[in-house]
Amino acid sequence: MLLAQVDTQLANISNYLIYSAMTVYTLAMFAQIFEWTFGAKGGVAVRSAQQSTLAESVADSAEAAKGVRKVTVTVASQGGGTTTLTRTALADAGATTVTSGRGDGGPADGVGPAGTSEKADLVGRMAVSLTVLGLLLHAASVATRGLSVMRWPWGNMYEFSCAFALMMVGAYVILLATKKNVRWLGLPVTVVALLILGVAVAVLYTDSEQLVPALHSYWLGIHVSAATVCGGAFFAAFVTTVAYLLKDRYEHRIAAGLTVRAANLMERLPASGTLDKLSYRINAIIFPLWTFTIIAGAIWAEVAWGKYWEWDPKETWSFITWVAYAAYLHARATAGWRGRKAAYLALLAFACWLFNFYGVNIFITGKHSYAGV
Amino acid sequence: MSDTKTSPQPADAAEDPDVERLSTAPEENDSVPPGMGAFGWLRWFWRQLTSMRVALLLLFLLSLAAIPGSLVPQNTNAFKVAEWKNAHKGLAPIYEKLQLFDVYSSVWFSAIYILLFVSLAGCILPRTWQFVGVLRAQPPAAPRNLARMPVYAAWHTDAAPEKVNAAAHRLLRKRGFRAAADPGSVAAEKGYLREVGNLLFHFALFALLAGFAWASLFSGSGTKIVLEGQGYSNTTTQLDDFTGSAFYGVDDLDAFGFKLDGFTADYQTEGPTAGTAKEFVANVRYWDGADTGKQKNARIEVNHPLEVGGSKVFLTAHGFAPVVTVRNARNEVVYRGPTVFLPRDSNVTSPGVIKVNDYGTGPDGQKTQMAFQGFFLPTAAADFTHTGPISVFPAAADPRLVLSVYVGDLRTDSGLPQNVYELDNKAMTQLKVNDAPATAILKVGEGWELPDGYGTVTFDGYQQWANFTVSHRPGNTVALIGAVAAVLGLIGSLFVQRRRIWVRAVAAPDGRTLVEVAGLGRSESARTAEELAAIAVELQDDAPAADEPPADGPPGPDVPADDAPPADNAPAAADSPAAAVPTAPETKE
Repeated sequence: MLLAQVDTQLANISNYLIYSAMTVYTLAMFAQIFEWTFGAKGGVAVRSAQQSTLAESVADSAEAAKGVRKVTVTVASQGGGTTTLTRTALADAGATTVTSGRGDGGPADGVGPAGTSEKADLVGRMAVSLTVLGLLLHAASVATRGLSVMRWPWGNMYEFSCAFALMMVGAYVILLATKKNVRWLGLPVTVVALLILGVAVAVLYTDSEQLVPALHSYWLGIHVSAATVCGGAFFAAFVTTVAYLLKDRYEHRIAAGLTVRAANLMERLPASGTLDKLSYRINAIIFPLWTFTIIAGAIWAEVAWGKYWEWDPKETWSFITWVAYAAYLHARATAGWRGRKAAYLALLAFACWLFNFYGVNIFITGKHSYAGV
Repeated sequence: MSDTKTSPQPADAAEDPDVERLSTAPEENDSVPPGMGAFGWLRWFWRQLTSMRVALLLLFLLSLAAIPGSLVPQNTNAFKVAEWKNAHKGLAPIYEKLQLFDVYSSVWFSAIYILLFVSLAGCILPRTWQFVGVLRAQPPAAPRNLARMPVYAAWHTDAAPEKVNAAAHRLLRKRGFRAAADPGSVAAEKGYLREVGNLLFHFALFALLAGFAWASLFSGSGTKIVLEGQGYSNTTTQLDDFTGSAFYGVDDLDAFGFKLDGFTADYQTEGPTAGTAKEFVANVRYWDGADTGKQKNARIEVNHPLEVGGSKVFLTAHGFAPVVTVRNARNEVVYRGPTVFLPRDSNVTSPGVIKVNDYGTGPDGQKTQMAFQGFFLPTAAADFTHTGPISVFPAAADPRLVLSVYVGDLRTDSGLPQNVYELDNKAMTQLKVNDAPATAILKVGEGWELPDGYGTVTFDGYQQWANFTVSHRPGNTVALIGAVAAVLGLIGSLFVQRRRIWVRAVAAPDGRTLVEVAGLGRSESARTAEELAAIAVELQDDAPAADEPPADGPPGPDVPADDAPPADNAPAAADSPAAAVPTAPETKE
C-alpha cells in the first residue's frame, strides 16, 4: 500500500472548488426559481397543442405515400385509455420513425418548468448551464481531494457526502443530455445537493488525511463507490416520489372537481403516472446495485473483521433499508398497494437510507465510524 | 410470496385463462371456505402465509425487528452490554427477558424470518413447478379476439394467409422468441429470463440462509495475544478465549501455528488527525499442520488475514508489554519478563497488572505475594497531575511505566478463575510513603526502590504484542454464491421483460388477407409496443399492406365490419380485458 503524504495545497484547492461549486449551484437554483416563476403561464394551452400535433401526425401518416410501410399500434394504457404509436419504414431507405404520444389516456405530462414562456426557457437554459458548471467544479473538487492523498476520495462522511451529491447532480445532467423530459427535476436536485453539501461542509468537514488501516483496501473503491451511486439515485427517486404524491393528489382533486392549490405549478409537472414510473424505474435499477453494495461490504467485512455479517449498526440499517426497498418493489406489484401506498413505502425506505447514512454515524457508534463521525 | 392477482378475470378471457397470465404466480383466494374443518383451516392458513400481503407484512416486521439490535448493545460485545446493564439497572432484567441483547438470535426475530422463508418456499416451489410446465408447453395459442390485447396492430395484405403466418413464425424465431405455429396463427413468447431471475433470486436467499446456518453451526473463533518473538500453536490451551458452536468445539481446531517475528505500527505524526494509524503489520512465520519444519513467511495486516489450514488469522489489536525485573527483600530475582498491558484508548494508554506470585518472604519474615498496578504510556503526557496517567501518542516516542505496589494474598489459589489483567486486592495492602500511596514513574532502564524494604523493580524495556483472532468459518462460499446469484437474479427479474406476441393472418371475406398482430407485456413499458411495431414493419416485407378499405380499421374475423371500432381506440372500452388487465403482472419477488 502506497502511503503518500497529504498534499495540503491540493486539499485546499479542493475546498475552494467545493465552495465555488456551491456558489454556482446557488445561482442555478435562483435561475430555476425564476424559470418556474416566469413560466407560470400557458401549461394547459401547450398540452392541447401537443395533442393536436399528435392527432395531425397520426393523420399525416395515414395518408403516407405508397412505398412506405406504416404500422399504427394501439396501446391500452393503465387509465383505461389508449395510446397510439405509429411506426413507418421507407421501403427503399429502410429507416423507421416512431411517433408516440398520448391519446385520450389520462392526464398528459406537463411541459416543464418554463411553460411556454420563452423568457423562462432562456433562464431555464442558463440554469442548466450553471448546473453543468457547478457539476464540473464539484467533480474537480472531489478529484483534487482524492489526488491530495492519492486514494479514493470517500474515506469519511464529508467526502462521501460530496461524492453522492455529485452522483445525484451527475445523474440529472445525464438524463438531460439524453433528452429526457426532466428539467422539472433541476430545482429539487440543486436544492438537495446544496443541503447535502451544506451539511457536509458545516458539520461533517474533516481535513484531508490518510485513512486508518481498516480502510486500506481496494474494497473501498468498490463498496463505497457503489454506495455513493446508490445514495445519489435514492435521493433522485425520493424527489420523484414526492412529486408523484403531490401531482397524484392534484389530479385526483381535479377529477373530483375540488379546488386545487398551486395549479399552474402542478400543470407543468409530468403526469402522475409518468412520475410514478420514473421513481419506480430509478428504484428498480438501483436496487440490484444496493444489494451489490451490501454484499461487497460483507465481503470486505469478512476480510477485515473475520465475519461477513456481524449486525454492526451500519450493516443492520443497510439490511433494514434493503428490506424496505424490497417491500416497496413487492408492493408495487401487488393489488391494493400500487400507487400511493407503494409511494409511502418508498419514502419510508428512503428515510431508512437517510438514517443509515447520517443517523447511524452520528447517534450510534459502530465499526463504520471514521474520522470522528 | 406470491403476487396478488390484479385482474378480475373478465368473462371473455375465461375461455383461455392462461393466455393473459404472463406470471406464473399462483392466484389468490382469500375467502375462507364455508364450513371448513381442520384441513380447511390449515389450507386457509397456508394460503394466507404464502400470500403477498402477509409476505409484505413479514418483510416490514423483519426490518422493524432489526432496529432494536442497532440501538441496544448486543452480546457479541459483552463489554458494552455489561456497561449498559450497569447504567440501566432497572431495565436490564426486562431487556434480558425480551432477549434484546441477542436480537438476531432471539425467538421473535427468528420466528419472523423463519415464517418469511416458509412463506417464500410456499410460493417459490409451486411457482418453479409451474414455470417448468410453461417451459415444456408451447406458448399459449392466440386468443380469439386479438384486438382486445393491450398492444395491437392490423392491416390488409394480398399475400396468402399461410405464407404470412409462416413468415411471422420465422421472423419471431429470428428475434429470439419461442414461437409455435398453430393452425391459422402464430404464438410467441420471450423474456423467460425474468421468471428465471425471479426464481433464482429467491432460491439464492435460501442459499444465503444455508450459508448463515452452516456458519453458525460449524464455526468457532478464538483470540490470542502474541508477543514479538513468541510462537503460537492453534490449540485450546494456547488460546486466550474461544467461542465455539454446536458442531465446532475445542477439539476441532485446525492444526497450525505461527511465530510473530515483528510488529510495526505507523501513525500520522502531524495534522489534526495526528495519532491516527496508517499501517499495522505483523510479520510472521507460519506452518500448516503439526510439523513445524516447513515454515513460510507472511505479513498479516488489517485487511489481509492469513489463511492457513481452514482457518483465518486476523490482526485485531496491538499494544505494549513492559519488561520488568522484580527483586525481593533478599535481592533475589523473583520476576523477570514482559507483561501484557491492554490499551484503553486510541493513544494506547495501557493499564495493567504485574502479579508476582512467587515473591517469597517479605522483609517481615512472612511469606507474601506482590502485585504492581499501573500504566504503560508509550508517549507520556508532560504533566498528568490533573488527567491521571495518560499517553498522548500511540507510538513509543517517550515511554513511561507508572506503578504502585501491593503486598498480601493474590488469592490465585482460591480455585476461582482469575482475570490476569485485573487485580483482586481484597487481601492486599498498598504500600505507602508518608501515608500516601507509593508510586513511581519510570523511564526505560530506571529502577525503583520499593518502600518498607520490599526490594526493587526495574523497567528494563518493552515489547510489542499483537492480538490475533483465529477464525474458522465454513459456509462462506455458499453464502457468496448465494449473494452473487441473488444479484444476478435481481437483474434478470427487474430488467428483463416477459412478453407474448401473436400473429394471425386469415382470409377476409373480401378475398384479401387480414394480418393481426397483438402483444401482451407489462404496461409499465412502451417497449412491447415498440417491439410489436418493429415486428409488424418487418413482417410487411412478406405481407405488404394493401390500401385500406373505406371503413377505416380492421374488421376482425368474428366482428362485423361496421361494428369494429377504429383501430385507435379499439381496446378503450371499460369491459375490455386489455383495460382490465393492464398489468401483465410485474413479478419481482
